[in-house]
Amino acid sequence: MAEVTLKNVSKSFKSTKAVIDMDLNIPDGAFVVLLGPTGAGKTTTLRLIAGLEQPDTGEIRIGGDRVNDLTPAQRDVAMVFQQYSLYPHMTVRENLAFPLKSPILKTSPDEIERKVKAVAEVLHIPHKLDNKATELSGGEMQRVSIGRALVRDPAIYLMDEPLSSLDAKLRADLRVELKRIQAELAATLLYVTHDQIEAMTMATHVGVLDEGRLVQFGTPREVYENPRTAYVAARLGQPRINLLPAGLFGGGHPPNAVQIGLRPEHIETGTGQPADIVRIERLGDQTRLHLKFAGHDVVTLTDPHTSLRPGETVAIAPKAPLYFDADGQSIT
Amino acid sequence: MSAHSITAATSRAKWVAGTLVILYAVITMIPLAWILMTGFKSPSDAISYPPKVVFEPTLEGYVNLFTTRTRQTEEFLAANPPENWADEIVRQYDMVIVGPSKFGERFLNSVIIGFGSTFLSIFLGTLAAYAFSRFRIPLADDLLFFILSTRMMPPIAVAIPIFLMYRELGLSDTHLGMILLYTAVNISLAVWLLKGFIDEIPREYEEAALIDGYTRFQAFYKVVLPQAATGIASTAIFCLIFAWNEYAFAVLLTSATAQTAPPFIPTIIGIGGLDWPAVAAGATIFLLPVMIFTILLRKHLLRGITFGAVRK
Repeated sequence: MAEVTLKNVSKSFKSTKAVIDMDLNIPDGAFVVLLGPTGAGKTTTLRLIAGLEQPDTGEIRIGGDRVNDLTPAQRDVAMVFQQYSLYPHMTVRENLAFPLKSPILKTSPDEIERKVKAVAEVLHIPHKLDNKATELSGGEMQRVSIGRALVRDPAIYLMDEPLSSLDAKLRADLRVELKRIQAELAATLLYVTHDQIEAMTMATHVGVLDEGRLVQFGTPREVYENPRTAYVAARLGQPRINLLPAGLFGGGHPPNAVQIGLRPEHIETGTGQPADIVRIERLGDQTRLHLKFAGHDVVTLTDPHTSLRPGETVAIAPKAPLYFDADGQSIT
Repeated sequence: MSAHSITAATSRAKWVAGTLVILYAVITMIPLAWILMTGFKSPSDAISYPPKVVFEPTLEGYVNLFTTRTRQTEEFLAANPPENWADEIVRQYDMVIVGPSKFGERFLNSVIIGFGSTFLSIFLGTLAAYAFSRFRIPLADDLLFFILSTRMMPPIAVAIPIFLMYRELGLSDTHLGMILLYTAVNISLAVWLLKGFIDEIPREYEEAALIDGYTRFQAFYKVVLPQAATGIASTAIFCLIFAWNEYAFAVLLTSATAQTAPPFIPTIIGIGGLDWPAVAAGATIFLLPVMIFTILLRKHLLRGITFGAVRK
């Protein structure tokens, strides 16, 4: 395992700037999640580290060594792709053994057998080892492709939305499983997703990307509680943060504030100004209030057993909210 | 039910369709069956009118195809009893077998040239197609068009320049010359077909192999090639069929050494009359390799020609 550092890395494809001036430090043993919507440059960042793309400028270091000019094989990284990653003409066993048989690792047959078995156990697929890769369900395929990374002991594991094609139950299980494996191996892991739950639950560090730029990097709590921009604030938290005109609740806001950001915990109910209840969403563990306040939609949480009904009004007031200036930067 | 819904065929429709398919199959099979039958007829049965469908089969045609014979005097024939069944067949015309004919040699030439050029076309075609599919090649589109443009006229249109060129280079009537020529004609087909197949193979497979510790060539060999097997098989069949059946260049460029079967088979006519059973026997044997090759690769061929139509 090793530390991975990106310094001023940029990458363009024709006229699109995929990654702009990226500075990123992945500490040894960290579980770093890159979060952002499609096209934010998450996958490109992974591919740059893996060596599948060459940066236009900047420097990539793995374990302190500059790897810009090394082939993917020489970089000693393992990667899990979003899809299409199993070799269809091989059995599950052959798929798992493939990286171990490479000319770089040249593992002995006994060792291969042992490692493949161990990984199959962890991923609950030992009974599938002799199946053709194409005979597996989507969930099993993705587990095998995670397994193909886990049989190795690389400098860093790179994972590109490995859980996105799975159903909700399997995703939740594997999330826990991945986190456990990573902690057990003390592995360095860079994980790309647009799913904030994955980011919040697994990450030791979260990096939020916006159009090729790393806008914030920190622990999940830091990024959630002190988002540097309105964009970052909107990426984490469910229901999403309410971004409203700063003066909506009257004065008292910083003079250069343009937007006020209200997460449910920033909204106090039962005091303040009246808002109309438009809809009540009961999700079981939480109940969401969809409100109309001075012409703006506001979503917040309430007591799961609330007796409020649509059409009634409820008083709301901001409580220690976030403020953002004209550029969307946080004001502290 | 919407206008586009698929309904189960009625039994009557199935019956009509089945009959039509069988009828079509029978019609296309008749010439082949006729050739096969003629090969086992005696020369007189072969040219009898009305044509005979029921006849006494004989291996005369095959014996004549593979042997050269001479007429002998009665004394000679009496002094030398027939050595084997083939000898016995030719004795009825007061002949004896004096040696093998050129057919075996010509057939071997066809095998060497046909399979050699198919192998070379596929080998070069796969590498070129992979490069066009995966790497950023300057002017790739122009190069691909240029490669295709070699198919825009019938190959025989360049017969004279090739004839002169081959004479200068000493490639006339050589196996190498014919292999190169057929490869040159087939390679554009191979590059274009194979590029289509390789384009369909997701890059992720190779990228995964690159990260798993393999070099680009190993990734190509271990991951891409097995995936492209279907495409390679169907392309190989098309290449072989062309090289195997090619007649015009073979007539023009080959004679004593590298002559293939197609120009040889018609020359059987004229050795003591029109020996139709021997010609038919030659044609039957000539059909076999392509047939066997196609049957062996049939599974791939069917999947190959529908490949790309269905996106997973």
